[in-house]
Amino acid sequence: MEEILSLFYENREFIFLIIVSIFLGIEVISNVPAVLHTPLMSGANAIHGVVIIGSIIIMLQADPSNYYALILGFLAVILGTLNVVGGFVVTNRMLEMFKKKAK
Amino acid sequence: MNTTILGLSILELSYIVASVTFILGLKMLSSPDKARKGNLIAGYGMGLAIAATILFKEEFSADKWLNYSLILAGLVIGTVIGMRMAIKVKMTAMPQMVSFFNGMGGACAGVISLVEFDHLRHGGEISAGMLIVILLGLIIGSVSFSGSMIAYGKLEGKIADKALPAGQIINIGLLIAIFGLAGYLAFSGHLSMSLMYTLLILSLLYGVLFVMPIGGADMPVVISLLNSFTGMAAAFGGFLYGNQAMLTGGILVGSAGTILTVLMCTAMNRSLTNVIIGSFGGGGATSTKSGEQGTIKEISVTDAAILLAYANKVSVVPGYGLAVAQAQHTVHNLEKILEDKGVDLNYAIHPVAGRMPGHMNVLLAEADVPYPKLLEMEDANEDMASTDVVLVIGANDVVNPAAENDPSSPIYGMPVVKVWNAKNIIVLKRSMGKGYAGIENELFFHPKNRMLFGDAKDSLEKLIAELKNL
Repeated sequence: MEEILSLFYENREFIFLIIVSIFLGIEVISNVPAVLHTPLMSGANAIHGVVIIGSIIIMLQADPSNYYALILGFLAVILGTLNVVGGFVVTNRMLEMFKKKAK
Repeated sequence: MNTTILGLSILELSYIVASVTFILGLKMLSSPDKARKGNLIAGYGMGLAIAATILFKEEFSADKWLNYSLILAGLVIGTVIGMRMAIKVKMTAMPQMVSFFNGMGGACAGVISLVEFDHLRHGGEISAGMLIVILLGLIIGSVSFSGSMIAYGKLEGKIADKALPAGQIINIGLLIAIFGLAGYLAFSGHLSMSLMYTLLILSLLYGVLFVMPIGGADMPVVISLLNSFTGMAAAFGGFLYGNQAMLTGGILVGSAGTILTVLMCTAMNRSLTNVIIGSFGGGGATSTKSGEQGTIKEISVTDAAILLAYANKVSVVPGYGLAVAQAQHTVHNLEKILEDKGVDLNYAIHPVAGRMPGHMNVLLAEADVPYPKLLEMEDANEDMASTDVVLVIGANDVVNPAAENDPSSPIYGMPVVKVWNAKNIIVLKRSMGKGYAGIENELFFHPKNRMLFGDAKDSLEKLIAELKNL
């Protein structure tokens, strides 16, 4: 219990940021028309690809002789890149079609 | 020393900029004319955050050449494969593509947790708090990965809906085992790698069993839910590294994804628990009323064409069949021909028609169907009584009257397009097969309804040819 409390205390600023972000996330998309549900889901999917930064940090901090971390980190970088690149390109393709219509 | 501080300042600044682009991107994705720009802005922000991390997170040292080359190799491999997949995928397969990429993000988060756990074992500073964050990242990331892969397989038609007998009990048991094990790992101080792998396998298994029995009509909700799971997993990573960009990005997607999930459930008039527990298509739900079926009337292409040509008002209800047949351009041609004949035509869009919310809008937008012609379900239902002909193209569950009048039906209570209020109904359908939810549709036996069997694109082309001759 004490440990959890101290975790809370040490990270109080992050916890604050988390709470504000939760409300922000809700607020930002609450007026989305049904037409855009699919692209929005796809765009959000690309944004959580930010997890790739964690895999890069692993690789940067890994000891060059720690093959366990290097191999798994390498795998994570590929997975994260797939999420980011695939996510943004697919979303862009979907939205391209909306643009055509605007003409 | 100065250069390090400069580098770290640039790094933190990049994270702040990236976080702002994520927020702006999501905001702009919510409005049709800014959406594309929003996606690009968030993409640039992501690129900036990645580049800054590689350049400034750690001071460059030459003996880490292997690390740097592996990072670059990983980025290149991921980019090439991701680009190829995203560019080659057909519009109809977009939903499963999103699910696939979502799974990749989940897997990435899971792998990060594995490495960090191993890191802690080898002399990292151990605290129950950090362990909890790592374990949650592993659990949520793995569930998201295996769940997304099952959703992907289902939408690709490679995996059938299957419910285990007593599936609920097994799932609850699994959850208890997962959290029991995680609690033990977090508080016992016994950092066993084999227990960690057991946790990984249990979580992967849970993801599979969680999505397995959920049927087609609910798949959009599941993908959206898993999307927000991955967001949360990314946020746990952000917490672990004290990284604001990961934290804001992850949490934003986590909360926005949850709201989107709830919006979709509302569109189907069901609660999230109901979607997860009372799954469709689990076999038991099939046709309780098969004995009471009436007769089916077919319509010839010529009769259908005449009916359409002399109508004042026609409404098209598209469904997944339209997407499968790739008939969006054909239906747009039909629309133009009918408009030339003075017929007022609109599209009645059910929010969850297809395999994802907005699926039909995306599809029809591809064929340049004008935006104002797409009516939302509520507006379409108001107009239904004055509509002469409803053309149901490859839709099934979203026009099923059982949702209104059969309390025993699994889709009872879901809002549907009330096509039976129109004067005539023509259903374009490949065969008498059931919809994705695996239930009978008494609409096909409705006195006002006539069936035009065949592939949607084929039938539409024949209709167009016939209309040109009239």
